[in-house]
Amino acid sequence: MLQNKDKIFNNIFGFQSNKLSYALKRGDWDKTKKILSLDHDVIIEKIKNSGLRGRGGAGFSTGLKWSFMPKTLGERPHYLVVNADESEPGTCKDRDIIRHEPHKLIEGCLIASYAMRAHKCYIYIRGEFANEAKILQSAIDEAYENKLIGKNACKSGWDFDLYLHRGAGAYICGEETALLESLEGKKGQPRLKPPFPAGVGLYGCPTTVNNVESIAVVPTILRRGENWFSKLGKENNTGTKLFCISGHVNKPCNVEEEMGIPLRELIEKHAGGVIGGWNNLLAIIPGGSSTPMLPKQICDTITMDFDSLKNAGTGLGTAGVIVMDKTTDIVEAIVRLAFFYKHESCGQCTPCREGTGWMWRLLKKIASKDASPRDIDNLLELTKQVEGHTICALGDAAAWPIQGLFKNFRDEIEVGLKQKKIAAE
Amino acid sequence: MKKEQLKAENYKLCNIDQVKVDEILDKYPTTRKASAVIPLLHYVQKKSNGWLPVPEIERVAEILDMPYMKVYEVASFYTMFNLKPVGKKLLQLCHTTPCWLRGSDQIEKSIYDTLKIKDGETTPDDMFTLMKVECLGACVNAPILQINDDYYEDLDYKSTKELLNKIKTKKNIKPGSVIGRKSSEPYDKNGNVNVTK
Repeated sequence: MLQNKDKIFNNIFGFQSNKLSYALKRGDWDKTKKILSLDHDVIIEKIKNSGLRGRGGAGFSTGLKWSFMPKTLGERPHYLVVNADESEPGTCKDRDIIRHEPHKLIEGCLIASYAMRAHKCYIYIRGEFANEAKILQSAIDEAYENKLIGKNACKSGWDFDLYLHRGAGAYICGEETALLESLEGKKGQPRLKPPFPAGVGLYGCPTTVNNVESIAVVPTILRRGENWFSKLGKENNTGTKLFCISGHVNKPCNVEEEMGIPLRELIEKHAGGVIGGWNNLLAIIPGGSSTPMLPKQICDTITMDFDSLKNAGTGLGTAGVIVMDKTTDIVEAIVRLAFFYKHESCGQCTPCREGTGWMWRLLKKIASKDASPRDIDNLLELTKQVEGHTICALGDAAAWPIQGLFKNFRDEIEVGLKQKKIAAE
Repeated sequence: MKKEQLKAENYKLCNIDQVKVDEILDKYPTTRKASAVIPLLHYVQKKSNGWLPVPEIERVAEILDMPYMKVYEVASFYTMFNLKPVGKKLLQLCHTTPCWLRGSDQIEKSIYDTLKIKDGETTPDDMFTLMKVECLGACVNAPILQINDDYYEDLDYKSTKELLNKIKTKKNIKPGSVIGRKSSEPYDKNGNVNVTK
């Protein structure tokens, strides 16, 4: 279990004020100038060595991603864009960072921008977070007033401007290139890669898009040293992580824990256990809606890190843990997710635009038990037609929960269909 | 908002504060004014009773030197922009899996029992509109109901009813958790918080 002294987000629940004077007491903005006196590439190297992997879902090495940016500032300006379009069902960690620890994020923006030679940074926050946007904007204003950002930020000689941009309700804008399109004032439809944003991103300039949590942990890593961070967690899955535990638990909550914590320990120590006890558990979606569910027997022993979950055929994703107990109509739970993806498909690629609708309709048919096992085969075939045939990962994300459902519960579902058929006859 | 006001000749444009517009435009490079389209639409929607009549979209296009269709495309793509009138209080009920697991169907029922409106409907006095929406991103505080800009969290049938009745009788309501939780800390029904402050 993570010790308090190793926690990065000491005010994640907002028991203290989010104002600058309190943030300073918690250690934010401490010797930022000294960090900014390091060479750009030294910072990137330190983040690489810390083992930090992106906290937005894909789990790509943050330092490595930064190193893809051009090493010299040419004619085109560099940009850092922070992805605060948190919309993955099951995930609500960035919201708490923004409203309770905004200065960690702002300081992280400055340091990361400096490391990538960017003078400008945009934070793209989801539109529904209107109040969170107000809080973050006032924290940004505070930082400007105290000359922590702006011209000669923290007296480091580096000019840095930070802007907050509100989205307007589109899950797809959490995909980095869709986010850039949206920021340019267009519909949020993902771009083809390559070119990657590090070459051609916002306004055609070199850009890196990072998740809020990835950026907000950077100042603490640099202050406490990359070795401190890399010693926490497991090899290749280092550091701490914010977990969001929702669904059928006694005390749903957000919590910061060490990477690699056993799933059962996470739920029982922090979220008050599964409603009705651990044996009442049916299945868990471990990392936000896009990751396939795990049945109870795997949940018994699995640890929460990128590699273990990948080996179990699912993923850590955003670490949005959705717990479902035995009272759950498991098909209906996935019907809701299928509807979510149908609703959020941007409509650009045909397999996803049409496929998400078909997947939802077929799954609904199965949920109403007015279906045959052949419908299940058709549905699974359909998921294969969508998966991997779209520009972005939304198509995959729509297909995986359905594949996960039938991988674990096909027998039970077929029995249900047969019983209904016998009853009807 | 009555139907005749939809006609352009009768429509009175809302007041736009140029200082606020400049403030929005200042965030983006001068050659990239289109970036301001979403913030500007948000601003105008707030000024025009929570929705975007065609003349307002046309005006945003004019301010940003964009073709009307490009702005309309944006206004119709993003779910937060309403192209039809809505009530003074827009109720957005999350019904995605994490909220559903915690009983969002009961919240929907509570809203229907109190206000007699279903998804997409508005009360006859134009006070409330209900919209079922996808994940609002506050899953550990499920179920969630967003009323205009504010989130109301940890709801159940009874507390939703109380909340709506308070709005109806113009009593003050406090956004956030309705069970007295500060934010997303572990919290049980007896009010015990088991975290170190």
